[in-house]
Amino acid sequence: MELTRRDAVAALAALGGGTLAGCAAPTGSGPDGSGDRAADIDTERIRRTLVATAETVYPSAVTGVEPFVETFLDGRLETRSHAAKLDAVVAELNEAARGWYGDGFPALSPDDRDRCLREIGADTAAADPDGTAAERTRYYVVNELLLALYTSPTGSELAGIENPIGHPGGLESYQRGPSA
Amino acid sequence: MSGSRPPAESARPVTDGDADRTPVDDADVCVIGAGPAGGIVADRLAEAGREVVILEAGPRFDPADRLARQERALRPSYDRPDVWDGDPERDAYSASGDRHYPLNRARVKGVGGSTLHWQGMVMRLHEADFNSRSVRGVGVDWPIDYADLRPYYAEAERELGVAGAADNPFAPPREDPHPMPAFPPSYSDGLFAEACDELEIAMHSVPNARNSEGYDGRSACVGYGTCRPVCPSGAKYDATVHVERAEGKGATVIDRAPVQRLEHDAESISAAVYATPDDETHRQEADAFVVACGGVETPRLLLLSDSSHYPDGLANSSGRVGQFFMEHSFAGTFGVLDEPTRQNHVGFHTSESHQFYDDADAEYAPFKLEFFNFAGPSPVGMALTGDDWGDDLLERIRGDYGTHIALGALIEQLPREDSYVGLDPDRTDDRGNPVPDVHWTVGDRAERTIERATEIQAAVFEELGAEIHWQEGPGNTVPTNHHMGTTRMGTDPTESVVGPDLRTHDLENCWIASSSVFPTAGAMNPTLTIAALALKAADHVLKNL
Repeated sequence: MELTRRDAVAALAALGGGTLAGCAAPTGSGPDGSGDRAADIDTERIRRTLVATAETVYPSAVTGVEPFVETFLDGRLETRSHAAKLDAVVAELNEAARGWYGDGFPALSPDDRDRCLREIGADTAAADPDGTAAERTRYYVVNELLLALYTSPTGSELAGIENPIGHPGGLESYQRGPSA
Repeated sequence: MSGSRPPAESARPVTDGDADRTPVDDADVCVIGAGPAGGIVADRLAEAGREVVILEAGPRFDPADRLARQERALRPSYDRPDVWDGDPERDAYSASGDRHYPLNRARVKGVGGSTLHWQGMVMRLHEADFNSRSVRGVGVDWPIDYADLRPYYAEAERELGVAGAADNPFAPPREDPHPMPAFPPSYSDGLFAEACDELEIAMHSVPNARNSEGYDGRSACVGYGTCRPVCPSGAKYDATVHVERAEGKGATVIDRAPVQRLEHDAESISAAVYATPDDETHRQEADAFVVACGGVETPRLLLLSDSSHYPDGLANSSGRVGQFFMEHSFAGTFGVLDEPTRQNHVGFHTSESHQFYDDADAEYAPFKLEFFNFAGPSPVGMALTGDDWGDDLLERIRGDYGTHIALGALIEQLPREDSYVGLDPDRTDDRGNPVPDVHWTVGDRAERTIERATEIQAAVFEELGAEIHWQEGPGNTVPTNHHMGTTRMGTDPTESVVGPDLRTHDLENCWIASSSVFPTAGAMNPTLTIAALALKAADHVLKNL
């Protein structure tokens, strides 16, 4: 099943993040809506790393991962504090990948990406935005991507629900039977 | 209202460092607490042209943060109190009873109060609930009856915006339809209905304080599914509606202003002494005071305001302040069916049954059944909590989601002297005040009824062909976040704290608008009755100003 821009917009409608008037570069505004551009945040590295992570943590049945993740990030990176935390976690993940596998995370094979995430501890860690590297990787990278997927129409349809928790999918689906 | 400021970690209260938190001159009424009772009273009094000031211990929240707070509700790294910025030092408490009482999962401090995280079910008490001693032989009778409260119930339904239907054969008499049509039954309600028909258990709709269509300037529900603990759309009523309406009529709200004590003489209150974030202390004078802090903080404030006139606590010449803490105990049956049940599309109930409610007597309590629309795990919740991802995760979700089913029940707990809210002298909050000690005792009658409810639930499951995974019965019942009974209403000043006019027996200018005045609990979610009593209290205050 193909993830679409509409899926990313739906995930942002559930989780918040920008108006998505276009695919503009993130403004990096402060949490109060003000603030300057995030000149010191490597948004390109964030995009490449999260796309690569999504290709690992998303089920093989989905396609269109790259535009989905990039559109989602367009909204999420608008909050500078979030972008800065994500940038720091992504830097740690890439550093670990280079130390263990000799290359940055996006350049690793799918199997090595999976192993790298598990070696950093993101599979068993309890997500915590202020925790250890493993806990922050789980929070800002793995769970961020899983939230996006499973609050989107395509991701939730894969899971067997048209209106997942967090998605404003209306009042029809709860009344319908499975064969409707 | 839909907020757009992401993400979870960015949500925070409105922090206006320049806010004027000094007292209001020449206030007619000081309302303490900005939840539904305080908000409704303030709105009514401001509407009548009175100078009203509301003192609220918690902060004002920014509507732009609703989605960020929803994200907190979705992410397992945030505990329930984190969703609305609970502060463990400010909200410190003790629970000395045999059963732990999870107070900070049961309340929100801030403008809007606990309606910010409530479920939103709004039923009228049944007629017999007002006459428990006379009709059921236990508890006490209220000093008012259903007929006295009936017009206020109708008004409260309009104020909150209630979606309901006249299909409940057990409900007390009503005059007009609900303001909005009821939400249609869910697919799983239909599965239950077949089993309930066989067992001759009548199902009917649930009155919800949730817009089934546009109402009062707020949108219809759009199905976010996170009603408890946050509604991003504003379709679910919360008390910011009335607080903001009161402000529009001239009322002043001072947030982050916990009242420390009420200054008084033998006859009346002269001022509410409150603290502010800059560690200053102020005195808010007024002609009348309405205490609307819920079933825990209301008695706590009165107990903290002891004096030579009232050595056992303000308005406590009866000795009843803090006594008779009541909850609604929960009974539940959870399991799976061998077919899809379509759960977790919405976060509210659409069917319940009052079939057994009025069978109550001295041995068995009134109770109602609730048919769940959010049984079992949700795919999003599963995705964020496992050790797997990719195809393994999807396979686990597909295996575990979709066939769960659940049936709950709320059971009345009687007023008992061994169930109370007191002060813990050994522990203080961030202001140095003794914290509330919630000593929760369920009691034999409620425990018997919990067992009966689970037996009925098991019979429904058996008829349905569902497999029971576990039950929450007498040994592991949980509270349902309803705090009642701690400043009881009655006509005898030696046995109660307020009279039928909601004014304290001891003080001529102090009213209490709260579930704390309930003499008995019934088994209906209390907020509609809180709202009706708040409207009644506002009338009495106005007559006395």
